[in-house]
Amino acid sequence: MDSDFAIIGGGVVGLSVAWGLLKRGKRVLVLDGDDGSFRASRGNFGLVWVQSKGIKQPRYAAWSQQSATAWAGFADELADATGHDMSLEQTGGYDLHFSEETLKKTVAQYEELKAKLDGNYPYEVLDRKALLAEEPEIGPKVVGAILHHQDGHVNPLKLLRSLADDVRRLGGQVLSEKTVTDVRKSDVFTITCADGSHVQANKVILSAGLGAMELGPKLGFKAPIRPQRGQVLITEKLPKLINRPSLIARQVDEGGVQIGATNEEVGLNDGVTQSGLSGLASEAVAAYPVLADAQLVRVWGALRILSPDGLPIYQESPEMAGAFLVTCHSGITLAAAHARFLPDWLEGTNAAPDLEVFSEDRFIVS
Amino acid sequence: MKTASSFLELEDGRPLVPVWFEGRELQLPEGSNLAAAMLAAGVGTFRYTPVSGAPRAPFCMMGACFDCLVEVDGVTRQACMLEVTDGLRLSMPRKGRDMTDAEN
Repeated sequence: MDSDFAIIGGGVVGLSVAWGLLKRGKRVLVLDGDDGSFRASRGNFGLVWVQSKGIKQPRYAAWSQQSATAWAGFADELADATGHDMSLEQTGGYDLHFSEETLKKTVAQYEELKAKLDGNYPYEVLDRKALLAEEPEIGPKVVGAILHHQDGHVNPLKLLRSLADDVRRLGGQVLSEKTVTDVRKSDVFTITCADGSHVQANKVILSAGLGAMELGPKLGFKAPIRPQRGQVLITEKLPKLINRPSLIARQVDEGGVQIGATNEEVGLNDGVTQSGLSGLASEAVAAYPVLADAQLVRVWGALRILSPDGLPIYQESPEMAGAFLVTCHSGITLAAAHARFLPDWLEGTNAAPDLEVFSEDRFIVS
Repeated sequence: MKTASSFLELEDGRPLVPVWFEGRELQLPEGSNLAAAMLAAGVGTFRYTPVSGAPRAPFCMMGACFDCLVEVDGVTRQACMLEVTDGLRLSMPRKGRDMTDAEN
């Protein structure tokens, strides 16, 4: 039997969209890769993050805010259905600063963005003393922080598990170890996999992360995405020592402190390096000196999926109507938006969010 | 002191040496795997978790699970990755030591 939607990519992005479509009664088939695939959903930092996004494109800031706002209800619904708590915390997050100049510069950018967002950008600047009152373990080199009240974090592996469970529970079909090699359209879409199998669907969503680099052009997309490596570390489980997350470190629900992350242009290489890890560790110790005594449990690298301007891409194929590209760097932050709001856009209803600025038109070279 | 243990030790003639765990003296075979030797000596709880205070003991015995943590010279180490040495002084990781046995 045909599916209404075939979703290529069973990571957090693909499963969030699948979940949203299933909730509307659609028949959904998800094609997931294998352990050899680059899987950002299994290697990311777990932030549900608003600040610093969309400095140059307020619509992206607003889209992230919309998702962050929808996250709690989304998480509750998934938890009720699956019995898995994802440990979502949205009590704010920090941008820590080691110099007054960078702090001042960032505040100026936030003020500009705040004006464009009609004042909806709830952040405050904490000086060292105010920050110490919130985070007693903060180190002497930290001069202050921006506390943004719309920020938070979640356990991203529990999110992935919950989505994978609930998509199946809702009747979604999830096929794993499927590497899609080709997509053709006649009356319906026919998707060919490397193992020789075929599936058919009325519409197709390409949410294959870096897999879209190859598949995108076959479906008529530009898909100008590239990998960017982030190395991360995680410590032994520790008593509570960090209250709110930052881009430097966050303490996960299970007690470990996750330290991140490098930004490296190294192609399809998700390894780790001594210099990358050492740099991250020393920055984390500068922020929270108590971490100098912590033992590291694991380190790993994962690849971000980045467009030239860092924004998501939402695009219907100009060559194959009914094929959609959905790709972004922030699959965790945007999971709620993808589950709640993207289905309206995919179905072209009146309630569809305006995603014009995220189309591929912005990549046309004039 | 030997307490009831589910584990049997190989009789391979290694000399027993004193090791202290939480102030209690154990006689363990020198050079053997520390986690295995502690289990055989009847140590059931190696530590309490920092978040919930649940008791923990070795699980994987191959350096992956980080459940067998003990503290040596102020540093948290994996007992399964250490060998028994004469006079070794061990404690539960201090980060969890103040926790009570919350679950059983």
